[in-house]
Amino acid sequence: MSLLTDDQKMLRETAASFLAQEGSIAKQLRHWRDIACKDGFGHGLWKQFAELGLTGICIPESHGGLGLGVSEAALVLEEIGRNLTPSPFLTTAVAGVRAINGTAHADVWFPGILSGDAVLALAVDEGPCHAPERTALEAKRQGNGFVLNGEKSFVVQGGSADMIVTATRTAGSPGEREGITLFAVPKDASGLSVDSQAMVDSSKAARLAFLNVELDADAVIGEVDGGWAPLSRALSAGSAGAAAELVGVASGASTMTLDYLRQRKQFGKLIGEFQALQHRAAHLYSEIEIARAAALKAAQLLDSGDDRAELYVSVAKAKAADVANLSVREGVQMHGGIGMTDEHDIGLYMKREAVLGELFGDVYYHRNRVAALSGY
Amino acid sequence: MTEIDAFRSETRAWLEANCPTEMRQPLRSEADACWGGRKWTFQSDAQRQWLEVMAERGWTVPDWPKEYGGGGLSAADARILKEEMQRIGARPPLTSFGISMLGPALLKFGTEEQKKHYLGQIARGEIRWCQGYSEPGAGSDLAGLQTKAEDKGDHWLVNGQKVWTSYADKADWIFCLVRTSTESKQGGISFLLFDMETPGVSTKPILLISGSSPFCETFFDDVKVPKDQIVGEVNKGWDVAKYLLGHEREMISGMGLGMGGSLGATTKPQDSLLRAEIAAFDVDVLAFAAMSERFAAMWKAGEAHPASPSMMKYAGTELNKRRNELMMAAGGSDALEWDSDRSRKGATPRSWLRSKGNSIEGGTSEIQLNIVAKHILRLPGA
Repeated sequence: MSLLTDDQKMLRETAASFLAQEGSIAKQLRHWRDIACKDGFGHGLWKQFAELGLTGICIPESHGGLGLGVSEAALVLEEIGRNLTPSPFLTTAVAGVRAINGTAHADVWFPGILSGDAVLALAVDEGPCHAPERTALEAKRQGNGFVLNGEKSFVVQGGSADMIVTATRTAGSPGEREGITLFAVPKDASGLSVDSQAMVDSSKAARLAFLNVELDADAVIGEVDGGWAPLSRALSAGSAGAAAELVGVASGASTMTLDYLRQRKQFGKLIGEFQALQHRAAHLYSEIEIARAAALKAAQLLDSGDDRAELYVSVAKAKAADVANLSVREGVQMHGGIGMTDEHDIGLYMKREAVLGELFGDVYYHRNRVAALSGY
Repeated sequence: MTEIDAFRSETRAWLEANCPTEMRQPLRSEADACWGGRKWTFQSDAQRQWLEVMAERGWTVPDWPKEYGGGGLSAADARILKEEMQRIGARPPLTSFGISMLGPALLKFGTEEQKKHYLGQIARGEIRWCQGYSEPGAGSDLAGLQTKAEDKGDHWLVNGQKVWTSYADKADWIFCLVRTSTESKQGGISFLLFDMETPGVSTKPILLISGSSPFCETFFDDVKVPKDQIVGEVNKGWDVAKYLLGHEREMISGMGLGMGGSLGATTKPQDSLLRAEIAAFDVDVLAFAAMSERFAAMWKAGEAHPASPSMMKYAGTELNKRRNELMMAAGGSDALEWDSDRSRKGATPRSWLRSKGNSIEGGTSEIQLNIVAKHILRLPGA
C-alpha cells in the first residue's frame, strides 16, 4: 500500500480547511436541520464544492474534471465525515459519476455536475436491506423504449436529484446479476412519484413509485440486461467512499470525546485520568487507525483495478461501519448526560453513523460478502 | 522496463533458481523455522542450503547495510523481495531475535566495532540470541528490574535472575538489561551483551499450559562480562531497551495476520452463527493486514508515531487469540485431542493455549493501552 503522495496530502489539506470552515456542523447540518429545509443540504455549499473542482473529482480530464480516483474522493469524504457536512458529494460526484462515466449520459450530466448545478441519486434498494442482485423493479420493452413499474426505497437525495440512476430488471429473476438494466430517470418523468423523507440524521432519502413511467431507449446506461457492470462500479466506489466518510465520522466523534476527557472533572480529577476510560479510548484509537488503513487500501485497489478490490471494498465498509458505531457509542457514553442532549454535537455523530452504516449495505451485508468472496 | 520492474524480474528468476522446493511450503509452527546458532541442527539439507544462499546475498536481512552483512536494499526493493518470496511461498531463510530485535538496536545505538562484529554473525545465522528482560519482580513494571552489574574495573560482575527468557536454553548469547545504579529507576539501567557459556550462567526451562517450553528461567551467579560489551552509555540502557521493544512489538504484531488465508476458507464453518463470527473475524484480519502494510510504510518513511508499535502489538495479539478461540470452536471435539497423530499431536489446542501468552509477552495488552493513552492520546495523568 502506498502512502499519500504530496498532491494527495495537498488535496486533503484543502478539503480539511474548506470543510472545517464552510462545512461545519453549526453552519451546515444544524442550520439546514433547524429551518427544516427541503433538500437537507445547502446548494450554496455545493456551488463552493464546484468552485474548488471537487464536484468533478472523479470526472475525466477530457470532460473538464480533475480526473482523480476513489483514493482522492476518499480523502474529501473523510473530512465530510469529520464535519458531518450534508452534501450530495458521495451520491453525485462519486457513485453517480462512476455509474455514467464512459456512456452518452456523461455528456449530458457532467457539465451540470462540474458547475455545481446538477445532483444525481442512485435508486437500488427495494426494501429495508441493501440487496442489489434482488432488483425486481420491472422495465418492459414498449415500442422503441421501456415502461417502468415498481418501487424503490432509501434513495438518498432522491428528492433533490435532477436525475436518478435507477436499477431495473429487464430479464431473469431477482437474485440474478444478468438481466439488470440501469436507466437515467429524469426527476420530472411522468408517472414517477417521489416521497422524500427526513432520516434520523436530518439527511433526506426518498421512496420512489414508478407507475407506467415511459422512457426512451437512450435512457439506458450501458447495455440492456448488462447493467450489473456500471451498477457494481457505482456501488463499489460508493461503498469505499462511505467507508472513508465513516472513518471521518469515527475520527470526529473520537476527537470530540478525547477533548471532553481532558476537560471534564469529577471526584476532583479529570475523567481522562481514569484508566477505565483511558483503555477504552486507546482501544478505539487502535480500531480507527485500522479502519482508516482498510478504507485507504480498498480505494487504492479500486483505482489500480486489482482483483482483490471487491473483497477489500466490503472489508472496508464492514470495518469502518463497525468502528464508527463503536466510536459514537463510546462518545455518547463518555460524555455522560450532556451527550444525551440535542444541544451537544456528539449525538449528531451517532445519527450520521446509523445512516452511513446502512448506505450501500450494512455490516452484515458486507461481512457476508467477504465470506462469499473468500469461498465459504 | 523501469528499474523496479528489472529488480522484480531478476529477483523472481533468482528465487526460482535458488529456493529449494522443500523451502516453498508454509511454516506450520515456530518449530519449522530455521533459527541458526552454534547449537543449531538443520532439519534438512534444503534448510541449510536456503540459509547459505540467502545469507550470501545479504537477503536474510535485506534492508541492513551491506557492510554489516545485509542486502543494502531500498525499502521499495525489500518490499519486492518480500512479495516475490510470498509469491512462491518461500519460507524466511532465518528467523531470529538477532534479526528482529537486537540488530535494529545495534544499528541505532551500537559502536562501529559492535556493528561490524555482531551484525554479520546475526545475518549469517551463526549466533542465536535471547532476550534478558523480565524478572520475577519486574514484569509489567519492567524498569523495576534488580539484576545488578557491578563495575569491577576491567569487567562487569552480573548477579541476578531473569524469567520468560525465550529459548535461553538454545541461545548462544544474551542481550540483557541490568541495574548499574540504584539512584534512578529508569536511569540506572544498562544494556549488556554476553555469551551464555560464560561461567555462572544457567537456565531452566518453564513448562507452559500448552505442554511446550519456549521460555526459561535464567540465573546469573558472578558472571564476568567484558567492559566493551555494553550497548549505549552506562545507565542509558532504557533508551536502547525501549527502542528494541518497539521492534519486538512490531514483530509480535505480525501474528495478527496468522499464516495467511481466510479462516472461513480453511475451517468451512457449517453452523450459520459460527460462520457469521468467522466472517466478522476475517474482516478484522484483512483490515489489520492493511494496517500492517500501512504501518510498515509509515515506519520506514519516519511518519509513524514512535509509540505506534504498541497499538500494532495490542491489535495483532488480540486478533490471534480470537483466531485460536474460533479454531477451537470450529474444530469441536476434534480440537480437544492432545496427543493423537490425527490431531498432529494436539496442534490446535496447544496453539490455542500458547496464544494466551501473546497478549502478555512483550508487554501486556493493558500496558500497550497505557502507552497509547499516554504517548499518543496524551490523556491526563496517564
